[in-house]
Amino acid sequence: MSDILNANLPSENIEGAWGKTVKDLSNLSIEKKKTFEIIIVGCGLSGSSAAATLAEEGFKVKLFTYHDSPRRAHSVSAQGGINAARAESEDRKKEVIDQLFEDTIRGGDFRAREASCQRLAELSSNIIDQCVSQGVPFAREYDGNLATRKFGGALVSRTFYARGQTGQQLLYGAYQALMRQINLGNIELYTKRDILDFVIVNNIARGVIARNLIGGNLEIHQSHCVVLATGGYSNVYFLSTNSLKSNATAIWRAHKKGANFANPSFTQIHPTCIPPKDSYQSKLTLMSESLRNDGRIWLPKKQNSKENPENIPENERDYFLERQYPKYGNLVPRDVASRRAKELCDDGFGIGYGSKGIYLDLKDSIKKNGLKEIQAKYGNLFEIYERIVGEDPTKVPMKIYPAPHYTMGGLWVDYNLMSNLEGLFVLGEANYSVHGANRLGANALLQCLSDGYFISPKTITSWLANNNDVDKVKIKEACREALYLVEKKIKSLLSKKGNKTVDYFHRKLGEIMISKCGISRNRKDLKLALTEIERLNKDFQLNANIPGSNSGLNLELEKALRLEDFFELSNLMIKDAIEREESCGAHFREEYQTKEGEAARNDDLFSHIAVWEYNLKKNTHIRHSEKLSFKKIILNTRNYK
Amino acid sequence: MNNFISLNFKVWRQIDSKSKGYFEYFTLEKVSLNISLLEALDQLNENLITKNIRPITFDHDCREGICGSCGFLINGQPHGPKKGTTSCQLYIRNFKDNALITLEPWRVKSFPVIQDLMVDRNSLDKLIISGGYLNTGTGDSPDANSIPISPEKAFSSFETATCIGCGACVAGCRNSSSSLFIAAKLAHLGQLPQGISSKKERSKRMRNQMAIEGFGQCSNNLECEAVCPKEISADWISWMNKI
Repeated sequence: MSDILNANLPSENIEGAWGKTVKDLSNLSIEKKKTFEIIIVGCGLSGSSAAATLAEEGFKVKLFTYHDSPRRAHSVSAQGGINAARAESEDRKKEVIDQLFEDTIRGGDFRAREASCQRLAELSSNIIDQCVSQGVPFAREYDGNLATRKFGGALVSRTFYARGQTGQQLLYGAYQALMRQINLGNIELYTKRDILDFVIVNNIARGVIARNLIGGNLEIHQSHCVVLATGGYSNVYFLSTNSLKSNATAIWRAHKKGANFANPSFTQIHPTCIPPKDSYQSKLTLMSESLRNDGRIWLPKKQNSKENPENIPENERDYFLERQYPKYGNLVPRDVASRRAKELCDDGFGIGYGSKGIYLDLKDSIKKNGLKEIQAKYGNLFEIYERIVGEDPTKVPMKIYPAPHYTMGGLWVDYNLMSNLEGLFVLGEANYSVHGANRLGANALLQCLSDGYFISPKTITSWLANNNDVDKVKIKEACREALYLVEKKIKSLLSKKGNKTVDYFHRKLGEIMISKCGISRNRKDLKLALTEIERLNKDFQLNANIPGSNSGLNLELEKALRLEDFFELSNLMIKDAIEREESCGAHFREEYQTKEGEAARNDDLFSHIAVWEYNLKKNTHIRHSEKLSFKKIILNTRNYK
Repeated sequence: MNNFISLNFKVWRQIDSKSKGYFEYFTLEKVSLNISLLEALDQLNENLITKNIRPITFDHDCREGICGSCGFLINGQPHGPKKGTTSCQLYIRNFKDNALITLEPWRVKSFPVIQDLMVDRNSLDKLIISGGYLNTGTGDSPDANSIPISPEKAFSSFETATCIGCGACVAGCRNSSSSLFIAAKLAHLGQLPQGISSKKERSKRMRNQMAIEGFGQCSNNLECEAVCPKEISADWISWMNKI
């Protein structure tokens, strides 16, 4: 194994290892910190929390976002909650930490590092303290203590929440901390900027090339290190639950400059979303999974049925999850539910637009528990559903379908959250760290805040303390080179005046990706997808229409720049899915399943993180692997039958 | 049942903040009743691009009513006719066949037009920068349960904290006042035990900034509450005035 894959993991017992690591990290005096400039890209939970903390410690921070305000980052959309291992008494502390650790590792199907998951569980309790002291209005119990709920199939109640808007409230907490530092003059905020390339000198990140979205002009920004907190890439599928501007550009550009990409094919599909209803549909909205507690999932037994659901008698309905999983029924895990739905829809049993939908029927629960009780439980979800679909789900069965929701894959980072490019730190959904092959519900917000508030400020300080030699001449050269490449790319895009829109191509790319590299995958289709995408990309290069110029606002150019990167990323996602010849977590390869149709992991060959290196000279990718070892927990398989 | 309609649009067009704006008319055919108004604008824009006409610029992102990016006047009303609904959550089934839909940007001095329907709401961020936070740093926070908070108090604080910063309240007010916006933030923080002692100071700073940014005084006609997509009560303005 080459040294680019040294994850800098703690060598001894992982319990309490982070605390010991922090003691060994170098620190800097406040005076010294003032001499360092840090660029942070992205203003979601991890970016805002890191910016506020680093600025408070004395560093000069420049924060970049494509939004008009940091309050709009996609973290704002997270609904469910944030996990934390909090114990009422000191002697139960280890027990609750171990539980969260174990659920995180098992949820990820043993494809994440033990040491990082242990640290996540250990830091979780402090994160709640931090948020409360900032004024995050979490739900409370009658006695005034914080309320919790069970989430994502966990057996314990440890998810803290603020109604269905936990992400919004946590983001506003970090946003306010950020705004406070701006007021104190410690952060310079650059809104409406896209980061299109990086300044890399001697394998160290020293700056970025930003495009001012209002003026269209390019800017060079230098710094001592760069932090990427730019979120996930579910929008490669075009239709996903992500905000429309969420994109892979910054991490992909960093990858092309040498930062390795880990497990790009690991994407999470959420089973209960509102399905598309027209070709101009632009996004999919998530409906809480809790609906599966009271809703029965079914499809007509007849293929291509156009019948109204109310007119289909009981004996012509197939309650397929109850039929296939008598024990768990409608409550089988996310990926199992998604797969079974897809298979039947592919076989022509699906309902609604494009036959990509299944029914979630609340009729029996309403009969049993009364409309009032069901309304009280899900009233706000019914409102959202009715607004979007125009039907009352207490009268007509809800239509749902799985949708891409979260990407576990991301830039490879070591234990210090630094990529193999020195001085390039990657936080939150943009990195590959704790979620393995499938993220545990309510762990996304937790990871962002632990990366941003507690881990990266320590490791970044230590790295800067040991890397203060700056090669000014070479940096200037690298800036010029990066700027030239971006200018060339924009010029080439703006020369395309064909007859098809950027959205046309993005939609087509999404269709290929969701059908062949989505809920389930097989070698033949994946190979086919590679050729289809290559053909589509050629069509894009020849026939796309990117109107306007580079002076002033140009939203189509913004989209085109992002789409070009999605094209390249999709290629790597597919390659990664082909090479991983096993099923694990959200990655389901049809060739690798048990007799019962369950995922078959192959620990002998694939108990590792796939790490992809880009070779600039040959324009190819090389697959490395970082072996995973499990000491605290024993590898085993799940069973829901 | 016919699932498609035709729509006529009267849209404000303005190339940048310095240029003069004007209205332009467009007709869009075969619009599905099942898509949102923003998706209909996407559809219109795709048509315009293939005809080499500059697409209509509007702000948007999450398209599920939580990021606060979208927002313009729809037939004169901020976020359109549906109560408690952002522009992105307004569906075409709320419009009649051949209806004329007039779209204009927020008309507020403190929100200069960037292009067409997109405005610069940086002034709202400046209100928060002036003092819309608690003075807490990272680390060393006391245990989250050390100060109990009643569920009613926590929920009331939460309700005011749901403001998405879209600017509709300002656009709806004849004085272009941001009173509801700052009242919501002051009520979010000032109702919690952590924020009570700093309440007065915070209020002073934010109100002061409101004047600097050129927002007007409260007009007392409650239009802000009527157009707020998160239905935040204007009673909080009276609450704020008593701080």
